[in-house]
Amino acid sequence: MNIVENIRLAFSSLFANKMRAILTMLGIIIGIGSVIGIMTMGNSLSGYMSSSMQDLGTNNVTVYLQEKSEEEERAGDAYDQMRSFESAEAEVAQTDISEKDLISDEMLDIVRSEFKDIVEYISVTDTVGSGSVSDGDKYANLSLLGVSADYAKASSLEMKSGRFLSEKDASGNKKVAVVSEKLTEKMFGSDDPLGKQIFIDTDVHSGVYTIVGVYWYKEDMMNVGAQSSEKNLSTNVFIPLSIANMITGNSGSQSVTIVTKAGSDSIAFASDVKNYFNEVFYSKNQDYQITALSMEDMMQTMMDMMATMEIAIAAIAAISLLVGGIGVMNIMLVSITERTREIGTRKALGATNGEIRVQFIIEAVIICLVGGLIGIGVGVLIGAVGASLLNFPAVPSLFAILLATGFSTFIGLFFGYYPANKAAKMDPIDALRYE
Amino acid sequence: MKKIIDLRNITKKYFIGHANEFSALNGISITINEGEFVSVIGESGSGKSTLMNIIGALDRPTEGHYYLDGLNIGDEKDHELSGVRNRKIGFVFQTFNLIPRMNALRNVELPMAYARLPRHERTRRAKELLELVGMDDRLSHRPNELSGGQKQRVAIARAMANDPAIILADEPTGALDSVTGHLVMDIFHKLHKEDGKTIVLITHSPELAAETERIITLRDGVVIDEAAGYGNRRPAS
Repeated sequence: MNIVENIRLAFSSLFANKMRAILTMLGIIIGIGSVIGIMTMGNSLSGYMSSSMQDLGTNNVTVYLQEKSEEEERAGDAYDQMRSFESAEAEVAQTDISEKDLISDEMLDIVRSEFKDIVEYISVTDTVGSGSVSDGDKYANLSLLGVSADYAKASSLEMKSGRFLSEKDASGNKKVAVVSEKLTEKMFGSDDPLGKQIFIDTDVHSGVYTIVGVYWYKEDMMNVGAQSSEKNLSTNVFIPLSIANMITGNSGSQSVTIVTKAGSDSIAFASDVKNYFNEVFYSKNQDYQITALSMEDMMQTMMDMMATMEIAIAAIAAISLLVGGIGVMNIMLVSITERTREIGTRKALGATNGEIRVQFIIEAVIICLVGGLIGIGVGVLIGAVGASLLNFPAVPSLFAILLATGFSTFIGLFFGYYPANKAAKMDPIDALRYE
Repeated sequence: MKKIIDLRNITKKYFIGHANEFSALNGISITINEGEFVSVIGESGSGKSTLMNIIGALDRPTEGHYYLDGLNIGDEKDHELSGVRNRKIGFVFQTFNLIPRMNALRNVELPMAYARLPRHERTRRAKELLELVGMDDRLSHRPNELSGGQKQRVAIARAMANDPAIILADEPTGALDSVTGHLVMDIFHKLHKEDGKTIVLITHSPELAAETERIITLRDGVVIDEAAGYGNRRPAS
């Protein structure tokens, strides 16, 4: 009896009891399937997050105003950080912010010279509001943002055509705009949008702007899944900061992004710059203080969170596989009892105890392995469906698949050994007489 | 003449040291020569099943020596006994004991698989043997697709697989009607006469025993009688 014949034998006994085999495998299928499914989704999610974080720039440190309140005490966890980060970029009209509270250009100049070894550039954003451009029945939703010339580098914007805003645009108060390729597609189709004029209409401001550049729109982690449809997609339109400041009346910003030089420690810098701001500029401010957050820190936090989650899932999966394994053991015990006479006959015909043991262990391994492979298929499917529902690209985890295959073999060996050994040790005389 | 089976003063005790200790065999000595067709007869409880287990190397005697084809069975280890059963003994059971999930051909191949014969060799020989018992048209039938007599013929082919020193048949016609039983006995006669096989037939039926060359009668674990039989199919009376 070689291994190939034993495998053939195992399959023939599985086919002899199809329903039982499937029910036995179910535990393994569910266990392996859920692990693979969740790991595929987790893999997709973390791959997506880290790539979009990379897009946002790992060297970025976001410095923003925060109201002095009890909230600051629990600003530690990643979800809060995400929330406050989001609001820092998007928040439009926080009430009661007076000019003295905002981060001014003077402050930034001082910070720039104070930390000149670390600061690469500082990107300032002034959010005007959301609105749309329209022309006949064509329209596109947008968010209007005034940004400094460094914004493109800080946010890793890639230009499709034209140029980004320059210092000259700002100093000359030129009414120029950089728009997304999504917007130009909707408004101009395949026509060259450069130099075209668009009428931007927002709740606080309307005006005609000349398009000087088109950038590639990228879904990032802040808006992924949130967009209701392609038709209503809202993209950013960038205009010079000086113009935005005139519209909003702000002479400072609620948030700025500081890009640190490559190789510098952005996590340490975030805490240094925060302390610097609070000591030098905000120590007397009753209502507001400065918080700084480095992307690297945030990414680290998120990755840690994902890792913890995966460990928790692995633990749950281990329990379900344990239950599945016990099911396999149970059915193997039933099976050898039913086949006692067969075992006796095989022994009479010259099978050694070892050969009987190997036969039943292989049978248990085949049950688990087939269950595991079906589980992998189910899991990849679940993962793909889940990832597509969440709008992430599905990335099946090869490691998880290999691990699952190995683990189901191990379960078969582990839970198959005891019944197989019991079969091997049967007395041939008793086994032959068994009714 | 060569002794194939040499039982010397065999005793088999059960529950040794317990209150219910009893002896199934009490000092039995039997020799069977190569090419003999011998029957062991006795009522239930006479010890014939125990004797069959010992002759078949399924069990070891408590006392005494058993030489099978020159091999001292009492000295063999468990895995060595497996090898002895595989190569020296061909079992034929009352209840056929074919493996239900395997077809006739695979059932006959099974002892050769345990003997690690190459696959094509096994298949070739299994087909030959099934032809010998007249079952070559049922190669791919499973046991549940065969009649009792057909099953027993497949079982006899299987017993012959590794060309054993003896064929040990335990009530081979016990589960068959008399006509089919005679057909099965005819096969044993054929194997005995044409192939010179040594056959030990264990039965409780005196008529069946009368067809063999020598009849050994057991009672209460001892041999009470040895007589010559017809050595052939008894003419219909």
